[in-house]
Amino acid sequence: MIPAPFDYVRPADLDEALRILTEREGEAKLLAGGYSLIPLLKLRLAQPGLLVDLRDVAGLDGILWTDDSLRIGGRVTHRRIRDDEGIAARMAVFHDAAGLIGDPQVRNRGTIGGSCAHADPSSDWPAVLCATRATIVCRSAAGSRSVAARQFFLGTFQTAIEPTEVLVEIAVPLPKGRAGSAYRKLERRAGDFATVGVAVQLRLGDDGRIAEAGVGLTAVGEAPFAATDAEAALTGAEPGEAAFQAAGEAAAAQSDPADDSHGPADYKRAMVAEMTVRALRAAAERSTTPQGGPQ
Amino acid sequence: MTTEQLQTTPEVGGMGHSVKRKEDPRFIRGKGEYIDDLVLPGMLWLDIVRSPYAHAKIKGIDSSEALKVPGVAAVVTGKDLEGYKLHWMPTLAGDMQMVLPTDTVMYQSQEVAAVIATSRYAAADGVAAVLVDYEPLPVVVDPFKALEEGAPVLRPDRAADKQTNHIWHWESGDKAKADAALASAEVTIAEDIYIPRIHVASIETCGCVADWDPVREQLTLHMTSQAPHAIRTVLALVAAGAGLPISEQNIRVKTHDIGGGFGGKVPVYPGYVLAVAASFLIGKPVKWIEDRSENLQADSFARDYHIHAELGATNEGKITGLKVKTIADHGYTDAAADPSKFPAGLFNVITGSYDFPNAFVEVDGVYTNKPPGGVAYRCSFRVTEAVHAIERMVDILAHEIGKDPAQLRMENFIQPEQFPYKTPTGWEYDSGNYPAALQKAMEIIGYDDLRREQAEKRERGELMGIGISSFTEIVGAGPSHTFDILGLKMFDSCEIRVHPTGKVLARIGVQTQGQGHETTFAQIIAEELGFPVQDIKIEYGDTDTAPYGLGTYASRSTPVAGAATAMASRKIKDKARKLAAHLLEASEDDLEWTNGKFSVKGSPDRSKTIQEIAFAAYTNHPQGMEAGLEAVDYYDPPNLTFPFGSYICVVDIDKGTGQVSVRRFVAVDDCGNIINPMIVDGQIHGGLTMGLAPALYESITYDENGTNLAGTFMDYLLPTALETPAWEVAKTVTPSPHHPIGAKGVGESATVGAPPAIANAVVDALWHLGVRNIDIPITPQKVWRILREKGVTA
Amino acid sequence: MSTQHVALTVNGEAREADVEPRFLLVHLLRDVFGLTGTHIGCDTSNCGACTVHVDGESVKSCTMLAVQADGAEIRTIEGMADGAALHPLQQAFWDQHGLQCGFCTPGMIMQAAWLLDQNPTPSEHEIREGISGNLCRCTGYVNIVKAIQQASGQLETGESAPVEAAETIEAAPAS
Repeated sequence: MIPAPFDYVRPADLDEALRILTEREGEAKLLAGGYSLIPLLKLRLAQPGLLVDLRDVAGLDGILWTDDSLRIGGRVTHRRIRDDEGIAARMAVFHDAAGLIGDPQVRNRGTIGGSCAHADPSSDWPAVLCATRATIVCRSAAGSRSVAARQFFLGTFQTAIEPTEVLVEIAVPLPKGRAGSAYRKLERRAGDFATVGVAVQLRLGDDGRIAEAGVGLTAVGEAPFAATDAEAALTGAEPGEAAFQAAGEAAAAQSDPADDSHGPADYKRAMVAEMTVRALRAAAERSTTPQGGPQ
Repeated sequence: MTTEQLQTTPEVGGMGHSVKRKEDPRFIRGKGEYIDDLVLPGMLWLDIVRSPYAHAKIKGIDSSEALKVPGVAAVVTGKDLEGYKLHWMPTLAGDMQMVLPTDTVMYQSQEVAAVIATSRYAAADGVAAVLVDYEPLPVVVDPFKALEEGAPVLRPDRAADKQTNHIWHWESGDKAKADAALASAEVTIAEDIYIPRIHVASIETCGCVADWDPVREQLTLHMTSQAPHAIRTVLALVAAGAGLPISEQNIRVKTHDIGGGFGGKVPVYPGYVLAVAASFLIGKPVKWIEDRSENLQADSFARDYHIHAELGATNEGKITGLKVKTIADHGYTDAAADPSKFPAGLFNVITGSYDFPNAFVEVDGVYTNKPPGGVAYRCSFRVTEAVHAIERMVDILAHEIGKDPAQLRMENFIQPEQFPYKTPTGWEYDSGNYPAALQKAMEIIGYDDLRREQAEKRERGELMGIGISSFTEIVGAGPSHTFDILGLKMFDSCEIRVHPTGKVLARIGVQTQGQGHETTFAQIIAEELGFPVQDIKIEYGDTDTAPYGLGTYASRSTPVAGAATAMASRKIKDKARKLAAHLLEASEDDLEWTNGKFSVKGSPDRSKTIQEIAFAAYTNHPQGMEAGLEAVDYYDPPNLTFPFGSYICVVDIDKGTGQVSVRRFVAVDDCGNIINPMIVDGQIHGGLTMGLAPALYESITYDENGTNLAGTFMDYLLPTALETPAWEVAKTVTPSPHHPIGAKGVGESATVGAPPAIANAVVDALWHLGVRNIDIPITPQKVWRILREKGVTA
Repeated sequence: MSTQHVALTVNGEAREADVEPRFLLVHLLRDVFGLTGTHIGCDTSNCGACTVHVDGESVKSCTMLAVQADGAEIRTIEGMADGAALHPLQQAFWDQHGLQCGFCTPGMIMQAAWLLDQNPTPSEHEIREGISGNLCRCTGYVNIVKAIQQASGQLETGESAPVEAAETIEAAPAS
């Protein structure tokens, strides 16, 4: 319940934060909302020497739309994403996921950037970012780089971010034309980590067939990932039960869940198929209007 | 009682009034006084080093680094306590438990050393710095394996002829008759039912502040305890055994506001004893507050019963006999808070609400490498286990012979005219009307329509289930001829003192942890004596002032202390009558009592209010009478009381995920005469939720290394407001004939009755697929696996 | 161990302290400022008993460092009443029997206050979702929902906590 001792700094801006990360590389840990890190500190599962609080660093809180992307600042809270009407209308998968993370208090302070940098293998955002083919912008003293979400989540609590970098923004490409997305999470109880989480995005061609599909899974592998076999099964297909079932099977086959307190592996694998189908049904229904909105 | 039968005005607030709770003003303002709110001058903090192993030898404990942590004052180990013979102490079940081990740990998270420091944070740092060298030993987690030849003997400290993991054997009923009934039964149902370990998990954990005053040689133990007097006596005995100069008149156990007890705050945990020992040795107050992980991983659990039951019946479903054999997993020591003659609690109430003459019940307690227990977690001494088993068996019988489960119950119920009813295991049920409760539940929920809906849905392949639980509870332990805990008889008490200005102070021997005693016990007095509830102060929990009682658990407060309160009130009323006669210059026989005053029969103007009488007790008492107006009663109940009810649950099953959703739940309870309907409903809402939890969500499981797999709230799943249905509650009222106010107690009924209603509903939904039983918790994966095996797809 | 200075406002009053960086906000409120109405019920940020408002948002104060609250405005249960006048939520919890042991109650009231701030007339589902981060073991949530409905003006007048008319069943023999 009581963390081990650590030092604490609150840089005034991003440059100062980056400088500290470089100077104290290896012992510095970034603090945004704290809802991923502080629980670990309390159980003494993490014992960093220095916490770098991003609280006073400006420029991390934007929700911006360009012609072809949605750009979410790293420190945007789950609740702000949930409450954002534009996101609900145009990127429903983000709206879905934001309302299912933790509980209301967690959503008030937890951030999308903090959650992604922490990379719990059962957390919700990574599945969403993989499904939507988002990129993650990492800033260092040397400049910015963008990492595709699909290459960002490397393992359990392991990401492509360097210890000297800050996750400043998530850039989500906007699909053109008819598209719909959804996130479906199987949990044991409200506020739980996912037993299985499936994020999907469908872009339909003019012929009504699926032109591009994104399927992101969480809690069923060492890290969240894109179920590329499921995506292949959907590409070019008529949106409907046959394609959805095939995609569900493919996603299940690509999953590697563990037996744990959330359930046995065979159950989870079957639930990947089930939740993929449910997510696809919802996404397809939402795609009946251009840039399909929420139900 | 009905609104028409209310005997007092709302201002007086006697029985039957939903008086708003008197204790709430402090809680809603955040001014409750819970144990962790207490700060005493010079206070130190105690934190505990715990074993990561379930069974291991302690090769060595190195405190040197811990002692260097700034703020750490001392580190205490088993060897230190051994010098005071304090390293082992008795449990409430008459077994022995370690305070700290000297050589072997017996469960994961067992206390191994205590760190005392000047701050909470320093104590935690001290704990992290203590180095313990363990040598793991083979772990025994399966009680069946624990009984096998060659299993490691977990308790070599026991007598030479008890070098086994078998703790005790207990039986009840008539084996020969039960065997004969089963052998000749036309239909026999046999089933294995496992009820897993669960944990009370009150939102406040356990804790204490031990304050030894070396000058006055007095120990004040501020503590989360549901039974403060019993704790005081146990401490006195332990201190005497250890040769310590702490004797009972100099021990004061003081409870404060308790954030939920549910049985978990009855046992004497090592943390309490360590705080007392530390305070004694150092001469300063010492606080111990456990955190949630410690609470879930080390404190007393509940349940963990492996039940094998056989039910015999006629082809028409008339029950003829019951045989039950149970293995009770107690962890490494029997620390159950059960009455001494009942190591398996009141489990033999397992004949339930049904009329049949032949039953035999046997239970064997077993040691394993797990934390000790079990507590009466809102289960009235193993009644939850008993009710779950009989209600499951009755439902299986009904489905097996193709009879509607409600109909089968109606045909087997003990009928109202049969009360008082003697069961084949020796209990005398005081009163009951089981058909009325079930009938009411069926009407409220629309039972016949639901069965029609279920049939239609089944045609379409949709899974919907209806489950019934018609339970009989057994509470109010208990009559002194049968009940004691460590020899202490289970009476309870109330002491009432009326002040000159007509206000009342009453102290009781029981201990609320949220049940609203400050209101309900005042209501009993208000009913008897006519003082308004607002003029009555109820106190409890300070062993220096409260009369001796055995505390609150197993729903005994209203049956026992409530009776004492009524009886003490009546003693006061007797004296008040004499005072009134004196004041009115009439004979006592000429007086009648209504609405808080005595008046002369036929001359209602000649009257004295109870307040006037109170004043007279100090200013105008007759010669030869003692002044004052007070009384005390120690109530020895003649029998237990038997609340009952019928619950009906409707579930829908998601074929894709296996998730069970409770669509509706109707609870009809009968707890006899009701003191405060609002508070009774609150108890039922909470109890139902604590029944839903183990039915669908909660269990504590261990892997083969004895590692607790549900040791935090991340994995021990308490239902939130989203999982909890909107409970529908109703009542019937069948007073207890032997209880002074006809009340029966209700705190645990819903926790007892709810799980089988839910389990029965799920099995009912799946019976047509060939499913007979599913052990709780009924998780989605269990249902999914069944559906998959039966070839059912979404 | 070096300390940091924190200066914040708690229930309208300026407060300050020197604390270790690891010092949890809940301990600052309880152990340093003596505001013991905020409670600790778990160690994994599940139970919500520690809920307070930080700059108008409900937050689990056990999952926040005191240093993170430097310069913030905190409101705890002790700041909800206006002198003797109870906050409508406090009154409603009392009226509707929305508490039993009282341990989850401060956190529950603080969370409900934030909920009603965001959504002045929530549906029953929205209420249940709104308090899904607050665990209660005693009440089964039924009366907590009613209390929040009362405080948001959504309970019909005269309707108090559910009181089913109890009937005496004649068949029961009294002795």
